Amino acid sequence: MFLSRIFFLIGRRTLHFLSELGGILILFFQSMAWTFIPPFRLRILFKQMEFIGVKSLFIVVLTGVFTGMVLALQSYHGFKMFGGESLMGGIVALSLAREMGPVLTALMVNARAGSAIAAELGTMRVTEQIDALQMMAINPVQFLVVPRIWAGVLMLPLLTIINIFVGIIGGYFVAVVLLGINSGVYLNKTINMMEMSDLMQGIVKSIFFGLILTLIGCYKGYHTSGGAEGVGRATTEAVVISSVCILIGTYVLTSLLF
Amino acid sequence: MIRLVGINKTFGKQQVLRDLNLTIPTGQTTVIIGRSGGGKSVLLKHIMGLLRPDSGEIWIDDEEINRLNQRDLYRVRRRFGMLFQEGALFDSMSVGENVAFPIREHKKLPFAEIEKLVSEKLALVGLPGIEAKMPSELSGGMRKRAALARAMALDPDILLFDEPTTGLDPILTASIDHLIIETQKRFQMTCVVISHDIQSVFRIAHNIVMLYEGRIIEGGPPEVFRQSSNKIIQDFLEGRFENSA
Repeated sequence: MFLSRIFFLIGRRTLHFLSELGGILILFFQSMAWTFIPPFRLRILFKQMEFIGVKSLFIVVLTGVFTGMVLALQSYHGFKMFGGESLMGGIVALSLAREMGPVLTALMVNARAGSAIAAELGTMRVTEQIDALQMMAINPVQFLVVPRIWAGVLMLPLLTIINIFVGIIGGYFVAVVLLGINSGVYLNKTINMMEMSDLMQGIVKSIFFGLILTLIGCYKGYHTSGGAEGVGRATTEAVVISSVCILIGTYVLTSLLF
Repeated sequence: MIRLVGINKTFGKQQVLRDLNLTIPTGQTTVIIGRSGGGKSVLLKHIMGLLRPDSGEIWIDDEEINRLNQRDLYRVRRRFGMLFQEGALFDSMSVGENVAFPIREHKKLPFAEIEKLVSEKLALVGLPGIEAKMPSELSGGMRKRAALARAMALDPDILLFDEPTTGLDPILTASIDHLIIETQKRFQMTCVVISHDIQSVFRIAHNIVMLYEGRIIEGGPPEVFRQSSNKIIQDFLEGRFENSA
């Protein structure tokens, strides 16, 4: 009895997971198909790029600066033990470019824009605005989902590059100005140790994260039910699922691609 | 003419529509009444093609909408206007933008002409000059009127109303009823209305049909409907507790 209950629960969870995954994949393929069908809604795309990209700039810069600063501070104490302080510049830059930059940028944009996407689409769903679009013979996936997904895919790499850049500046400030590391050595190691492929690694990841956080935000919002409570639930689920996917995704991508 | 033939629809374990047959005549107002949660909105969504039945056919004139591809379904939908229960105005757009939206999407008209059309539609529903207002600045009744202006933006020949007077005071209810009657008469539209408001139903309807447990149990002109000997209908009309919501 107890065993069958466990199997039942596992089965139900598995089915739910597969159905959600299937729904997300269907929305993804629909979005890709609608991308190439006119009319092309560039105005909405630019509006979403502004919302996801430009309006996330402050929080991304802030996160980047402090990530770089704390990386420099932490690595200084480690490297000091064996006199390797000169490597700090390279290590800070590599950590930022490969991992910290794309992941933290994605998590911050997810918290800000992913949640907003889920809440906005969820509200539109429960107030029948999405039905109204359909009644006007306008495809809601093309109108609502496609611009958001492309805005995420296009803006996340740009935000990530900015995050990495200001992170390196933050690290430089702590290492050179506060901890007294030689400026030339720090910059030299930064330039020598970080290669274009490291930056590309971060950019590829950020494209994937941009897709994940907008796709899941759109999926959860688009399929919201149950009034205001449902919108709240959809928003929370979108942020949690996207964050988990970003953290798992960074490991999977690192091990598969690089 | 709108015809629904043998419609069945089940959500999970709950069968909402059971072998439902309904004919909605062209150029008249047909009101669908029934208990809350009885499937009226589901029925309306089937007519719009927003939901597909598990079995059965939905004919809009000579086209069965479940057999249409998306492009043809959208072509048919352009013949519809829909007034949603809460209006469903896009809250990120002003009232003027809301009304202009379907026109911009489907007609290639110069800006000035769209503006003129928007003003006309808003004047038609008794809300001239409110183009710049946001939906959040409007009262419930105004929001419904603005939504009706948007529903009529493409000059549809079929107008659907989902509980147009719910939540409105008696005076506003009468004014919305008047608007429905005037609009229907003036443009000879086919109107399908879902309503709970018995007074309003008898004011606007050319035909009344009652949905009960997923089936149409009675239908006809108001005077015939009022005389029905069916106990469920009489209980519903008189608001008797045993059989009504």
